[in-house]
Amino acid sequence: MTTLELAFDIVVVAVLVVLAWRTLDAPGIFQAAVLFITFGLTMALAWARLAAPDLALAEAAVGAGLTGVLLVHVARVLEAAEEATAEDDSGAR
Amino acid sequence: MGALGALLGRAAFELREGSAGLAASVDAQMGAGGVAHPVTAVLLDFRSYDTWLELVVLLLAAIGALHGRFQAAPPAGLARDPLLASLLVALVPVMLLAAGYLLHAGAQGPGGAFQAGAVLGAALVLLHLGGRPALSAMPAALVRALLVLGAACFAIAGAAGLVLEGALLQYPAGYAGAAILTLEAAATASIAVALAALVIGQADR
Repeated sequence: MTTLELAFDIVVVAVLVVLAWRTLDAPGIFQAAVLFITFGLTMALAWARLAAPDLALAEAAVGAGLTGVLLVHVARVLEAAEEATAEDDSGAR
Repeated sequence: MGALGALLGRAAFELREGSAGLAASVDAQMGAGGVAHPVTAVLLDFRSYDTWLELVVLLLAAIGALHGRFQAAPPAGLARDPLLASLLVALVPVMLLAAGYLLHAGAQGPGGAFQAGAVLGAALVLLHLGGRPALSAMPAALVRALLVLGAACFAIAGAAGLVLEGALLQYPAGYAGAAILTLEAAATASIAVALAALVIGQADR
């Protein structure tokens, strides 16, 4: 493994760890969902570096594509519901 | 936490360059596999029982998430987005082509049923988000039939293998490639509809 490949792998691993931490620590659900999509794409890159192209394709399509879309949609619905409840509360006072 | 991470790291370093696993056994049996790509051969021939059960799990997930009924309406807010509409015109045909290519290329290289099904499911979800009723325009009976198609085809193949060859899911000699392609096509349709229904079926809540 050349130095350039090793450096690239270390960068990918560091990005994965940082993204995972930021996803769990995200200020809002929507930000967490977007970070999850980014994490899925970086994970697909990691699979490609591990010489597993089938896994990389599946991770990109399902993890980032479908699960990501589902999470973003749910985040939007939840935030809209929270805003509706907040308006009801402030209207009642 | 640090001690656990150090232990895992130590274990991972000792795993590296250790063994090739079952790669040698798979390569030895590739002649009877029917396809040229070892991953597809393992998924669809040597361990097709596991793939069958994965399709059943997907079917159960779709049933559980949809509570047994499928109904959805296009979200009105996003239907008026002109950017998404024009993006659809460009993207969806390419995605259909990519799904077909992935299904066909699974025999020679990376690809196969799950990748093609995921891309097709994503195309259906994209159509739905753009205001074009793709999955919700199909009659519910057709959606249910497509959901069941993958697991059902594997069941038929398994029964045929049991009757013709004496072992569950045993493909007749020489027909392995054709059987794999048929099963992959059914699985692709099933996976696409299941994944799309999991996302779209929630959309009206």
